[in-house]
Amino acid sequence: MAYSEKVVDHYNNPRNVGSFTKDTPGVGTGLVGAPECGDVMKLQIKVNLDTGMIEDAKFKTFGCGSAIASSSLATEWLKGKTVDEAAKIKNTDIVNELKLPPVKIHCSVLAEDAIKAALADYREKHAPADARASSE
Amino acid sequence: MALKFPIFMDSQSTTPADPRVVEAMIPYFTEKFGHPASRNHSFGWEAETAVDRAREQIAKVIGARDPKEVIFTSGGTESINLALKGVAEMYREKGNHIVTTAIEQRASLDVCKRLERHGHEVTYIPVRPDGLVDLETLRQAITDKTILISVMFANNEVGTIQDMSAIGRLAKEKGIILHADATQAVGKIPVNVEAAGIDLLSCTAHLIYGPKGVGALYVRRKAPRVRIAPLIDGGGHERGMRSGTLPVPLVVGFGRAAEICGEVMADEGVRLAKLRDRLQDMILSNIDEAYLNGHPERRLPHNLNISFAYVEGESVLMGLNKESALSSGSACTSSTLEPSYVIGALGASAELAHSSIRFSLHRFTTEEEVDHVGARTIEVVKRLREMSPLYELAKEGVDLKSIHWKAE
Repeated sequence: MAYSEKVVDHYNNPRNVGSFTKDTPGVGTGLVGAPECGDVMKLQIKVNLDTGMIEDAKFKTFGCGSAIASSSLATEWLKGKTVDEAAKIKNTDIVNELKLPPVKIHCSVLAEDAIKAALADYREKHAPADARASSE
Repeated sequence: MALKFPIFMDSQSTTPADPRVVEAMIPYFTEKFGHPASRNHSFGWEAETAVDRAREQIAKVIGARDPKEVIFTSGGTESINLALKGVAEMYREKGNHIVTTAIEQRASLDVCKRLERHGHEVTYIPVRPDGLVDLETLRQAITDKTILISVMFANNEVGTIQDMSAIGRLAKEKGIILHADATQAVGKIPVNVEAAGIDLLSCTAHLIYGPKGVGALYVRRKAPRVRIAPLIDGGGHERGMRSGTLPVPLVVGFGRAAEICGEVMADEGVRLAKLRDRLQDMILSNIDEAYLNGHPERRLPHNLNISFAYVEGESVLMGLNKESALSSGSACTSSTLEPSYVIGALGASAELAHSSIRFSLHRFTTEEEVDHVGARTIEVVKRLREMSPLYELAKEGVDLKSIHWKAE
């Protein structure tokens, strides 16, 4: 099976590889998948607490080339979005962009899960503060 | 010498035909095109002579007493089907139990699964962590209904070579037919059906620098005389065990390939083991938490299988596939989307099965190629570890087993 050019590009030049310290204000972390299934993604967002915009995103992935490409693409798309906008990224968008074959759709599903997990973690850590702020 | 890309290091999936093999085959497509079963003219005699010579060449490389014991088939898969189903049908009255191992190739396991659906019982014995069959486990699996023991001579993934003579002695002692799937062993290491007490043996041409589309099943004629029911009925060719016109050019190529293997095996084995060890040392001394799969000594000279913890196999292959061809036990590279059951059966975690890479060298592998593939593998694994969340966690001292993973 040959890989699409975009998958190869993300694999060879992955965007935003790295990690934020988990407890930095504004950081949300998602860790999804399982080693025994052959793929684990860690995806992190860093939200500007003043504007509510995702100003940076990072990932690390254990998985096949398509899994690496899916998470790399996800970090690109997350930057510049609000948390609510980010929640609208769908796995099918990733499939279409990377031209993933049917056997690789689960990589895009995992990337969507990673986004959701990172957003949920961010909300859990920061929502109480937001709620307090709005009630003041 | 300048390297030519891509470098082929996947010789346990197939091998290129040796030019001498192709040369031997060519006349049998055009000038010498006769049917070996045509008994009444020179075209037929010429073809029959060629087929008989190939039978002798193959008999010699497997140590068979009589060339008539070699039955041509379409390849390893058919030979295994014929051996297992042929015995199951022929000896039905005697018993319905087969003993095999958990690390057989798919062809064997799938035949066993089918036989189970048709009322046979199959015991899949586990193997030791180095891939060897434990004789006591094998002995205990045998019942008074056991009609066949089927064991791989050498494993296709991890290269472990079984003690076939010991298995053969046990089979003899119990009066049970022994089938050896020797597709990976024949032509690479000494195989002798007489010395090892093997009654049926499967092999194939395309793994010994011969053509694809032809294989053989050795069927013992004496002490004991083994009988098998055919899968294909027809003109009664191949002593009634495999009807159908023989593909003479392929058979001739198979014979020549076997003959060459017999001549060069000793030197080739030493050369490839040396290159393989060089590759192994290079990788293991440069990468931490890289684990050798299979038996450290009792393994095929051209096989090297390593699991690189924290990186997934397909992603390693992807980093190398412009310049080299390897294979992996990762789920993403298998048609079943399951990680290697062979590495799993050796007791490794599923994660390490996903992380396994097989390097298989061959007759035309050079030292330069080994050095290149070794150096690039090290680079790619290191790069992938830098982007592996598991490596990061492990370096932080987190026990990966302590994490509650949310699987899909």
